[in-house]
Amino acid sequence: MATNKPDTPLLDQLEDGPWPSFVTGLKRLADDEGKAYAPIMKSLLGQLEHSYETRKGYWKGGTVGVRGYGAGVIPRFSEVADKYSESAEFHTLRIMPPAGMHYDTGTLRKFCDIWEKYGSGLIALHGQSGDVMMQGISSDNVQPAFDELNEMGFDLGGAGAGVRTSMSCVGASRCEQSCYDEAKAMRMVINNMLDDMHRPSLPYKFKAKFSGCANDCVNASHRSDFAVLGTWADDIKVKQDEIKNKVAELGRKGFNDQVVNMCPTRALSLNDDDTLEIDNESCVKCMHCINVCTKALSVGDEKGVTVLIGGKRTLKIGDLMGTVVVPFHKMDDEDDYEWLVELSENVLDFFAENALEHERTGEMIERIGLVNFLEGVGVDVDPNMVNHPRTSSYVRMDGWDEEVEKWNSRKGAAAAE
Amino acid sequence: MSEAQEAPRMPDECGVPDPMPYMHPALKKNYGNWDYHDRPQPGVLRHVAKDGSVVWTIKAGTQRQMDVYTIRKLCDIADEMAGGHVRFTTRSNIEYMVESEAEVQPLIDRLESEGFPVGGTGNSISMISHTQGWLHCDIPGTDASGVVKSLMDELYKEFKQEEMPNRVKITTSCCQINCGGQGDIALNIQHTKPPVINHDLVSNMCERPAVVARCPVAAIRPALVNGKATLEVDEKKCVCCGACFPPCPPMQINDPEHSKIAIWVGGKHSSTRSKPSFHKLVAAGIPNNAPRWPEATEIVLKILAAYKEGGKPWERMNEWIDRIGWPKFFEVTGLPFTKFHIEDWRGGRNALNASSHVHL
Repeated sequence: MATNKPDTPLLDQLEDGPWPSFVTGLKRLADDEGKAYAPIMKSLLGQLEHSYETRKGYWKGGTVGVRGYGAGVIPRFSEVADKYSESAEFHTLRIMPPAGMHYDTGTLRKFCDIWEKYGSGLIALHGQSGDVMMQGISSDNVQPAFDELNEMGFDLGGAGAGVRTSMSCVGASRCEQSCYDEAKAMRMVINNMLDDMHRPSLPYKFKAKFSGCANDCVNASHRSDFAVLGTWADDIKVKQDEIKNKVAELGRKGFNDQVVNMCPTRALSLNDDDTLEIDNESCVKCMHCINVCTKALSVGDEKGVTVLIGGKRTLKIGDLMGTVVVPFHKMDDEDDYEWLVELSENVLDFFAENALEHERTGEMIERIGLVNFLEGVGVDVDPNMVNHPRTSSYVRMDGWDEEVEKWNSRKGAAAAE
Repeated sequence: MSEAQEAPRMPDECGVPDPMPYMHPALKKNYGNWDYHDRPQPGVLRHVAKDGSVVWTIKAGTQRQMDVYTIRKLCDIADEMAGGHVRFTTRSNIEYMVESEAEVQPLIDRLESEGFPVGGTGNSISMISHTQGWLHCDIPGTDASGVVKSLMDELYKEFKQEEMPNRVKITTSCCQINCGGQGDIALNIQHTKPPVINHDLVSNMCERPAVVARCPVAAIRPALVNGKATLEVDEKKCVCCGACFPPCPPMQINDPEHSKIAIWVGGKHSSTRSKPSFHKLVAAGIPNNAPRWPEATEIVLKILAAYKEGGKPWERMNEWIDRIGWPKFFEVTGLPFTKFHIEDWRGGRNALNASSHVHL
């Protein structure tokens, strides 16, 4: 019977060592006699030990959901339910956390109470996409568990061929390097796409992530189709007296080695009086010198975002980084945030209409070329989009004069502003 | 009430919650008004707001896959010592915020005594990004939770101190889709044999054209086996990536012996200093040796020791290698360089050295 706690000699070895052990947690739940989840977790431990023995997984997908939605529940049915019957259904609810993953303990305790009542008592904080992963629930309990979480003000995240749960960095809530209101931008963009998250019918998944600067703490450049990174258009702010303090702390050689010489565009120079000269026109806002000199240097005042499109992981053509589609857009007022929402809508619509089945945004762009994508979403070409111009002459260019005219009229319009 | 009157509850499509009601009051008060930060000691950040108010953040590691007892214990600590608020990082570390320096050390002591290591800041090795594995994934070749636990036991000291050249982000992935993402070091499953096909099940379980389309090297074609519509794999073309397995479970790619672990280095998401970069293969053929993966761990420790020894302050793994060159990397790590390290995927020629720059 699966209700006896199985022997788990392999998993037991993962209780050794100083790092917190997930196995200890699983066993504590399995040992919690009288709780509804105890037999489930005994059975789960049995199946997991079986996986460790045979080096294979034994879960298969299926169709489980909540009323009104077509995604957000990850169905898991055991392929070895004959041996481990109590955890035969072990689904996950993906729940979107508050932007920036801030919690009061009352909320976390309520999550625990709900998951103790309906689920396995096992919660991951958080999954790779940024969801609260409430793991291990039977098909029958999915709806009532979701209803209680939903009454708390929490909603299901994404799964399958739809918009996925997003992440924004800690940003403005606790970081002086924040260049826009990351949480606000994230909520405005994602909450405008909920239909494509909860009733997914896109060619494949679509992810958006929001980092406040080039340090990209939520890994937007690689992990999202729509990456928003904070930046600024004016000068780095310098407190020269603090630069002198930093030079005193690191020594001149240390300051040159760790700050000046690590600038990727050679935009820094230490003056003879230990003040710092910055060639702001060459600066690409990479954040390095600001990271080292947190007191002396800070991001400029004219803040905004760079938007990169098309990051993804290996399936199918190989890993891709997002590439620049909007070099800069200021983020001052409500109109700017509305602009970002509109851009995200245009990108999502173009993806929905033009990507092949199971093709990500980056793969679509690789197939059709960046120029076709830009024309589709209504964005003009810009030299910031490339590492360098074309090197191959094999292209038909009989529309050259018209394209030059477009560039000149854009330049003229910008100069007139 | 009759059944007809009981309209089923429909979801309140409320979306991503506003963080403000959940946020620590000191963060809410200074939202968008921070001046600078420093790191008084490993595991502790000190943020100073423009109005002069100060918040200390204490960061601690967790096992990510948490039972309700662990979460409640973390909540107890927050209620007693940090104003009842916490936040989590993308790498499953928990952060407690306090407003006076006197509260910092007692909180560190409490977290450590409850088994949560304090660290993960600055140039430390932070928690490993973590996929689902045998615990919950439908296609895993290994168990992320176990790999992560085994490695973090070995990296425990480096989590708690800031002694690496720069931050180290390690990732794990249980299949070649690479859900763990790019990392300074990535431990990913690498299959080495084509899928084993159960021809009796394919026609019922798989949408065959979709499976054919999924293959990155066009090695799958429709076939008839014992009178049944199925799929077959051209094993000369197959790169054993496992892309066919998720849409077609009868094409089993996982194998206890032939699903190996490969190690990749130099991935970087950020645009800090250098542009983002992909991780590169350095070692493969490593046994998927549950429950402790000692062979994989040994190679990771070797790479980390070489980077710690040779990296200059602020150099990430890829930047260190860019400076010293790949020949030196293979020399100082003692890892063999083989024909499999040479890229032949699309764009592969860009990975070749088109210059006379050689490291001798």
